[in-house]
Amino acid sequence: MINIVWAIVFVLVAPVIGGLVAGIDRKITAHMQGRVGPSILQPFYDVGKLFEKEQTVVNDTQTFYAICYIIFMIFTGALFFAGGDLLLVIFALTLAQIFLVMGAFAANSPYSYVGAERELLQIMAYEPMVILTAVGMFVATKSFNVSDIAATTTPVVLLIPGIFLGFLYVLTIKLRKSPFDISTSHHAHQEIVKGVTTEFSGPSLGLIEITHWYETVFLLGFVYLFFGFNPLIGIAAVIIVYLLEILIDNTNARVRWQFVVKSSWLIAVIVGVVNLAALYLLSGGLK
Amino acid sequence: MLTTQLLIFLILFPLIVAFFLFLAKKDMERAWIVKLSALAIGIASVYLLISTYNKGALLMSAIPAEPTGIVMFILEMLIAVFILYLGIVYKKWLVVALILVQSAVMLYFELVYAHSIHVQSNLFTDEFSVIMALIIGIIGSLISVYSLGYMKFFHEHHPEIPDRRPWFFAILFLFLSAMFGLVFSNNLMWVYFFWEVTTLCSFLLIGYTKTEEATNNAFSALWMNLLGGVAFAGAIIYLAMFGNGIMGMTDLLASGKIIALIPAALIGFAGLTKAAQLPFSSWLVGAMVAPTPVSALLHSSTMVKAGVYILVRLAPIFQSTFTGYMIAMVGALTFLIASGIAISQSNAKRVLAYSTIANLGLIVACAGIGTYEAIWAAILLIVFHAISKSLLFLSVGTVEHRIKSREVDDMNGLIVRMPKIAAMMVIGIAGMFLAPFGMLISKWAAIRAFIDVPYGFLFVIILAFGSAMTVYFWAKWMGKIIAVTSDSKNIEGEVDHSEWAALVSLAGLSFITTLVFPLLSTKLLEPFLMLNYGHVAQLSQDNIIIMILMLLLLVILPLSILIPQRKHKHVAPYMGGRTTTHDMRFSGSLGVQKKTVLSNYYLHEYFGEAKLRTAGIWICSAFIGIMFIATALRGVFL
Amino acid sequence: MTYLAKSPWIIHYDASSCNGCDIEILACLTPMYDVERFGIINTGNPKHADIFVVTGSINEANREVIQNIYNQIPDPKVVVAVGICACSGGVFRECYNVAGGIDKLIPVDVYVPGCAARPESIIDGIVTALGVLEEKRKNHISSPMVTDHDHKAHHKHAQGGAQ
Ligand code: SF4
Repeated sequence: MINIVWAIVFVLVAPVIGGLVAGIDRKITAHMQGRVGPSILQPFYDVGKLFEKEQTVVNDTQTFYAICYIIFMIFTGALFFAGGDLLLVIFALTLAQIFLVMGAFAANSPYSYVGAERELLQIMAYEPMVILTAVGMFVATKSFNVSDIAATTTPVVLLIPGIFLGFLYVLTIKLRKSPFDISTSHHAHQEIVKGVTTEFSGPSLGLIEITHWYETVFLLGFVYLFFGFNPLIGIAAVIIVYLLEILIDNTNARVRWQFVVKSSWLIAVIVGVVNLAALYLLSGGLK
Repeated sequence: MLTTQLLIFLILFPLIVAFFLFLAKKDMERAWIVKLSALAIGIASVYLLISTYNKGALLMSAIPAEPTGIVMFILEMLIAVFILYLGIVYKKWLVVALILVQSAVMLYFELVYAHSIHVQSNLFTDEFSVIMALIIGIIGSLISVYSLGYMKFFHEHHPEIPDRRPWFFAILFLFLSAMFGLVFSNNLMWVYFFWEVTTLCSFLLIGYTKTEEATNNAFSALWMNLLGGVAFAGAIIYLAMFGNGIMGMTDLLASGKIIALIPAALIGFAGLTKAAQLPFSSWLVGAMVAPTPVSALLHSSTMVKAGVYILVRLAPIFQSTFTGYMIAMVGALTFLIASGIAISQSNAKRVLAYSTIANLGLIVACAGIGTYEAIWAAILLIVFHAISKSLLFLSVGTVEHRIKSREVDDMNGLIVRMPKIAAMMVIGIAGMFLAPFGMLISKWAAIRAFIDVPYGFLFVIILAFGSAMTVYFWAKWMGKIIAVTSDSKNIEGEVDHSEWAALVSLAGLSFITTLVFPLLSTKLLEPFLMLNYGHVAQLSQDNIIIMILMLLLLVILPLSILIPQRKHKHVAPYMGGRTTTHDMRFSGSLGVQKKTVLSNYYLHEYFGEAKLRTAGIWICSAFIGIMFIATALRGVFL
Repeated sequence: MTYLAKSPWIIHYDASSCNGCDIEILACLTPMYDVERFGIINTGNPKHADIFVVTGSINEANREVIQNIYNQIPDPKVVVAVGICACSGGVFRECYNVAGGIDKLIPVDVYVPGCAARPESIIDGIVTALGVLEEKRKNHISSPMVTDHDHKAHHKHAQGGAQ
């Protein structure tokens, strides 16, 4: 069931794709705002630059957490693309995310502290929906294994349309897009300070950027799973979803964290109950 | 035969030790008695594992039931008189009423029915009992050893509290004896007896300090547990009246749902009170006034597990009945609500208390569902929770003695001030909510178990929200501990080595159990499930390998700190351009000096204790009410 | 060219500017001038920045802040003083509370004069700074930690008020 080749492909190729996606994102964003924007290779330049800079730290444990963050994010993505168990993937993702939060806590600095608390709120906001997504996929395909879900001939998205919409909602949180970028955001957003990444600089910030690339690819892979029955539609859907996220990003102002948590929980409850109940009843659960 | 002796040894030996501890007035004597007998109990419980390995369920009828029964009855009545006396002295009329009802029921039973009931095998043991025995034997003895150092320190620093240590340790060992009795008894009357003894021990230990708060909380714990005791007594009398003389656990399980459901619901209710499920959660939170080892032993790793133990035992009866679903609902909602309340708590012991209630809720939910997958998850939860939670309680106890506070916010920078204990705490917390540690494996198992049952998706949704909140309150606590403060000094000092030994062993256990989890599952859980359900649950090979891989990564990565690195330039945290001093002071506007203070988010507005608990009490009471009505109606019609 | 020159992130600090220069810096971010073309990002955090852009002159309230931000930027870093106030104190030079241009306190690499400096010259200044940045990287020039020890007037501020 586990396919090592795919895992290795992910580890090697994901940063390239993730970086390009980020570059294209910035280009499209600029065009939406009537600007020319940077080169689509800009994210690579940025990370290259960060590795040329000096490493300054508040204390040495920070770099340790940054390294753990990237290692476990790669682990998560590799496990996902290797076709592993979806729930295990989600747990590994949480573990990775916790390392970022710990890195921010470790600095004992007010700004990164607030960022860490907000990052945790963010995790609390999206986690139920992500678990329900995995459960929905299990109900639709009778398997938790990514390899089975991706290879299924069932049109997963048609069985769990509600869960798909709910997932899109929290995807905005996960991709750190406005209006839900409550702990930190990507690229040229104007920030007062940088939330959870405030105290990271130079190479360790570079690691965090690369981690985001891995994460983006992993999340887009997640979107693909809904359309696994037809690879062409799947890839088209992934592209459309990402374009949609860029549109949302550029047309919304950041909201307060209360709204993020409340709305994503509300949506998770509604789509979770309605969609899972519908599936359950349709599949003859009342027999 | 050997097994029988071993069981009797495990039950009686702690009792004898308790007696000697009561007499031992010198610190040295006590220390030796506790250490040696803890070792003996630990070894005996491991030996039990070895000697019963692969033998399945063993029933034992060696002990003469009649005289033992009479002795137990007399003791029960003595306990009742004692409680009655205390209830009158302290004017706790609810307690008085409950103990009177309970004793009346038992007296009636003893006079009218007892002689007509004969239980073939009074003791029994199977894999589940052995697991429980290991928890009691190993974790229980570690906590007893820890208590030596803790209680010494406690009395040195609280001269106002009378030093009643002989009594304290005697009760602790009496409790161990009762717990062993509870998990090895097949005769329900025996189970009931040991059940009452644990209630009594808990009551006495909560009230140990004899302050007003402690006394009140002890009584509130008492009445709630007595209420459960009344229900238990009700189950016994019901069985005596309508149950054709069934009084053994195994017979009850074999008797079919028609007879067994009503007594099972009553005993299940007793289990809910003992496991501090909503609406009875407040006694466990109140019990946190007791010395910390008591909280660790009784109120997280063993006694409250008696409540879920009995539910898991009866799970085959609950399986796919309405009664079972209602119990599961109470558990699931308790998990959800208690996890939410834990977010708003700033006192470390209260966080632990609410998290304990939450996890017990999850176990109850699994037991109520009662399928083989759910029971698999439930037993795993019992094991892993006992380890991580007792580790956490004990480290909080040690920290509390040094920083003189139980507040999570006061633990800022613990990793600098007390690196070793902070590391233990981080292991404990990680064990509670992070992959690949045991608790998360168990939650995972629970999700899978819930999906496969009718209307299981409701439970899955509750679990998803509950565990998201779990992540929040654990992670923010962990963040506090690992924050590196620049101005703190190492104040760890000499930790008493009995405390230290217990902490290290427990931390080691939480890694080892995660590593040997596949063995635990195949060698102990699967035979148990096979016997009771005819199915086994397991994780696939791949997933086990992946988890071991993760665990290894988590062990190896921290070692990278040892690799000599280039010295990085250190700069102060960004403070909006303000210059800070070494201890994070800065001059605010007008040059007034301020100290930077970082505090966690507690979100009282959303997760406030009063609001959530009230809601929880009403909802869960309603579910319990529905459960009883439905069960009774079913009993009437069938 | 290295990556450093392709991705200059700036931090902008308004020392005691009249806001004229600040408005012009913000104008650079607008679609009209679009400095993101050059990979320039306005960060809010010295720890992520490469270029320190200061407007306005030094006074008693901000000298500590300027030093603090400068010290927290990781090497290699450059300072661009934007507007005549930042270059020399400008019309406020003679004020009782103004110490003069930014170079009184921290080493300035590029001066962008003007009152207010025009966006074109600001961009020009930053692009010039890229050359300096590159040079510093190549020659491993590390910037000094600046302190205010010889400045006795407001000792309390500089020490963070700790006495
Ligand atoms: S240079 Fe002119 S516009 Fe700029 S801050 Fe000074 S006075 Fe204002």
